[in-house]
Amino acid sequence: MKAFADLYAELDATTSSNAKLVAMQHYFAEAAPEDAAWAVYFLSGGRPRQLVPVRILRELAVEISSLAPWLFEESYQAVDDLAETISLVLPEALHSSNDGLAVWIERKLLPLRGETPQVLAERLPALWSQLDRQSLMLCIKLITGSFRVGVSKLLVTRALAAMAGLDSKRVAQRLVGYTDLSNRPNACGYLKLIAAESADEHAQRGGQPYPFFLAHALSQPVEQFEALLGPASHWQVEWKWDGIRAQVVKRDGRLWIWSRGEELVTERFPELDSLVHCLPDGTVIDGEIVACKTGQPTTEDAFNPHSPAAPAVKPFALLQQRIGRKTLDKKILEEVPVVILAYDLLEWQGEDWRNQPQSERRTQLEHVVASGKNPVLLASPVLTGEDWFDLARQRQASRKLGVEGMMLKARDALYGVGRTKDMGVWWKWKVDPFSVDAVLIYAQRGHGRRASLYSDYTFAVWDGTPDASKRALVPFAKAYSGLTDEEMRQVDIIVRKTTVEKFGPVSSVTPSLVFELGFEGIALSRRHKSGIAVRFPRMLRWRQDKSVEEADNLGTLQDLLG
Amino acid sequence: MDLVIARPEGLYCPAGDFYIDPWRPVERSVITHAHGDHARIGNRHYLAAAPGEGILRARLGQDINLQTLPYGQPLTHNGVTLSFHPAGHVLGSAQVRLEYRGEVWVASGDYKIEPDGTCAPFEPVRCDTFITESTFGLPIYRWQPQAHVFAEINQWWQANAATDKTSVLFCYAFGKAQRILHGIDASLGPILVHGAVEPLNQVYRAGGIYLPPTIYAGEVQKSDPMMRKALVLAPPSAGGSTWMRRFGEYSDGFASGWMRLRGTRRRRGVDRGFVLSDHADWPGLLWAIEQTGAERVIVTHGSVGVLVRHLREQGLDAMSFSTEYGDDEEENAAVEPKSAEVLP
Repeated sequence: MKAFADLYAELDATTSSNAKLVAMQHYFAEAAPEDAAWAVYFLSGGRPRQLVPVRILRELAVEISSLAPWLFEESYQAVDDLAETISLVLPEALHSSNDGLAVWIERKLLPLRGETPQVLAERLPALWSQLDRQSLMLCIKLITGSFRVGVSKLLVTRALAAMAGLDSKRVAQRLVGYTDLSNRPNACGYLKLIAAESADEHAQRGGQPYPFFLAHALSQPVEQFEALLGPASHWQVEWKWDGIRAQVVKRDGRLWIWSRGEELVTERFPELDSLVHCLPDGTVIDGEIVACKTGQPTTEDAFNPHSPAAPAVKPFALLQQRIGRKTLDKKILEEVPVVILAYDLLEWQGEDWRNQPQSERRTQLEHVVASGKNPVLLASPVLTGEDWFDLARQRQASRKLGVEGMMLKARDALYGVGRTKDMGVWWKWKVDPFSVDAVLIYAQRGHGRRASLYSDYTFAVWDGTPDASKRALVPFAKAYSGLTDEEMRQVDIIVRKTTVEKFGPVSSVTPSLVFELGFEGIALSRRHKSGIAVRFPRMLRWRQDKSVEEADNLGTLQDLLG
Repeated sequence: MDLVIARPEGLYCPAGDFYIDPWRPVERSVITHAHGDHARIGNRHYLAAAPGEGILRARLGQDINLQTLPYGQPLTHNGVTLSFHPAGHVLGSAQVRLEYRGEVWVASGDYKIEPDGTCAPFEPVRCDTFITESTFGLPIYRWQPQAHVFAEINQWWQANAATDKTSVLFCYAFGKAQRILHGIDASLGPILVHGAVEPLNQVYRAGGIYLPPTIYAGEVQKSDPMMRKALVLAPPSAGGSTWMRRFGEYSDGFASGWMRLRGTRRRRGVDRGFVLSDHADWPGLLWAIEQTGAERVIVTHGSVGVLVRHLREQGLDAMSFSTEYGDDEEENAAVEPKSAEVLP
C-alpha cells in the first residue's frame, strides 16, 4: 500500500508526462505482480463499486477524531475532498502497514462491502490505524471509488511496454477489458500483460476487442484544408454520429459488444443480439450505436452504403435516457430502438485487419454489411464532394441531421491505437457548438487543483425579453471548464465579493458576470427548471463587454431546439 | 472597561491611548512584529520589542521614531503597564501584555509554538483576556516537527544535486527564509538567495542569529556549474518571472503551512510542497489559549468563526475583532503575492 501511495504522490505532484512515465516504470519494476495487477487496474481507470457508504466513513471519522460534527464539516469545506479531510483529521499512525496493495484490496477492503454499520465501525478504525497519512487518503479513495490521478490509459500502457520491452500496441491490446467489472486483477493476469509475445496469442482472444482508434479535433478554417490535408479525394468522409462508439466482436459462435470505455455492454442492446446469426466467426466491427427513428430504416435503400440519404437518427438525449435505465422494459425498447452504424472492419475471418488501408477495410466492410442483411446493421454512409468547400457546404446540414459534423479518415491510413497519429489519422471536423450568453448565479468550489477556488458555476438566462415588465433569471446549465487559471482567479475574487448567501459549498451571488456558454446539444427536459437540458456546456469566453441585462433569454434556447 | 477595542484605525487601548498594530496612521503605535500587515508606515511613534528593531527599521525606514523594550521589561504609560513577551513567530515578534487596575490583557499578534532557533521561543503569558490569530484555525492543520520537514528538504536538495538540477525553494523572504537557512544541512551544497532575502539575512546575522553563508544569486554567472548543486531561496513571486531563467534545469518547491492541502499544493504548480509554517497549527492555537488561563478570547484574523465557535463550545467567552490583518502574502494562500515584494 505504501509503495502505491508513494507512486500516487509522485504522479500527483508533477504535470510532466515523462516524469509520470518514469515513476510508473519504477513502481512496476519493483512491485510484486499481484500488487502491480491492482495498480494497473486503478491507474487505467478501474473502479470497484463503492465499498462503504460515505455516511459511515464520515461518522467514523468524526468519532475517531473526536471533533464536533460541524467542525468536521468546516474542515471538509476547506479541503473539498472527503478522503483527504479524513486523512488530515485522524491521528497520525505510528507504524505503517507493510502489506501490499493486493492484500489490502482483497483481504482488507473488498470484504467490507455489504457489512453492517456495526461491523464496519469495528473494522475500519483498525484498518485506518495501520496507515500513514498518504496511504490513508489513498485507502479511503479506493473505498469510495473516487481514486483519480492524472495519467491516461495510454501512459500506463507505455510504462508497462517500456518496462517489459514490448510494443505498446500489444500491451494496449492485452489491456482491453482489464478494467471491466467482470475482471478481477490478479498476478497471473498481470504477468500475461507483460509476457513476451507468443505465437498463439491471437487465437486465444475470446471476446477481446481491439483498442479503439480515436480521432483528433480539426479546428482550422476550411481554406487551409487543401494545404493541411491534401485533396479531399484522399479522404474517406463520413458523418460524425452522435451515439455510443462500440465494437461488435463475433467469435466462437458468440457475440460481444464493447463500449469505448471498454465496458462490456452486450446486454444493454438486446436488439443487436440477432447479429450473432449474420456475422461469421472472426469478425470485429467498429461503429456507432445510435437511436433510430421507429420504422426506419427498413427500405432496401438503407443497405446501400452510397445512398445519399443519411439514416434518420434520434437525438443522443434519448439514447442517454435508455442508457440510464437499470432495466430495459418493452416500452423503452419500442420508443428508443437502436441500430449500429458500422464504419470499420478490424477483424475478418479471424485475421487482424488493422494493418490494411482504410479503403480496403471499407470495401470489405460493405460486403460484410450487405451479406449480413440485418436491419440493425448499417454501413455509415460515405460522403463525397468535389472538394473541401463542397464538403463544407454539405456539413452545414449537420444539426438538421442530428450529427456532430464530419469524420475525415485518410484512405491509406491503418487503424491505430488510441489517440495516436503514427498509423494514420482520423480527424473529427465538428460543427461549431451552440452558444448563448448566460449569467453566473451560483458558484461552487472546485476539486483537486481547484479546491478552495470558486470554479464550478451555474448559469441562467432570462425568462423574458428585455421589454418584459418583470423577468427573472432561470438556471439552465452548470459549467466548470473553458476559463484560464487567471480568469478563474478573477472570477473567484468577484464571487467572494458578491456572495449573497451560502448553502454549504455553494454561494449565490449578485448577478454581474456574463459568459458565452457553448454546448453540443439541446433537448427538452422535465427535470430541469428551465425545461431544457444542454450537453457538454462549457465557457467559451467571458463577456466582460456585456451587462447582465444583455444576456440571452429562454426564447433563444427554445429557438435552438429547432 | 475593555482594555483593547477595535477602531477603524486598528486595535486601540483607550486607557493608555495607543494602538496595537494599527492599519491606518496614528499618533502612538505598539508593534507586535515587522510583517507588512502588522507594521505599517506613517505612525508618529513606534514601540516594539528590542530584537525587532533592525527589521523594523529596514522595512519601515531607518528614521522612524522607534522606542524599544527588551522582552519582559515593563513600561507604564497613562497608568497602563505594558511589556513584550516572545511570540516565536519571526525575529523580534512579541505578544503585548497590558495591565491596568489589576486586569491583564495579552495581544499576541502572530505566533508559533515550536521553537526554531531564529527568534526567542513563544512564552505563554497568564491573562484575563487573550487576543489571538487563527490563520490555521482548522483541525486539518497540524504540523510535523520541523526537524522532519528539514530532513525532507535536505533529501530533496540532495536528490536534485545528484542529477545536476538546481533546487529552487520558494518561501517568504522574512522569517521563513531565515528559519530554513538555520534549519537545513548547509554542508549539502552552495546556498543562493534572491535579492529580497539577502538584506533580511543580514539583519538576522547582525542580531546574532546563526545563518550559514549565502550567495546573492544576482552575482552568480549563468553558466556557473555550481548552480546545479545549489539550493536557491526566493520569494514565491519570483516563480514564473524572468528571474528564474538563470537556472537551467531545476526542481521547485514551496514551503508554507498551506502546502498541507493537496489542492493548494497543486495550484502552486511546484514539484514539491513542504509543510512549514510560522503560525501555530490547530493544536498549537488551542494549547496557547489554554496556557494563558484566559476566560475571554478575542480572535482577530484567519478562520475566525470556527475558532470562536469552538472556544464557546469549550465554555470560554469568545468573540472576534474585525481587523485588516492577514492580507500579508504569508497568511493568504488565495491571494497572489504582491509584485512589490519581489524587486531585488
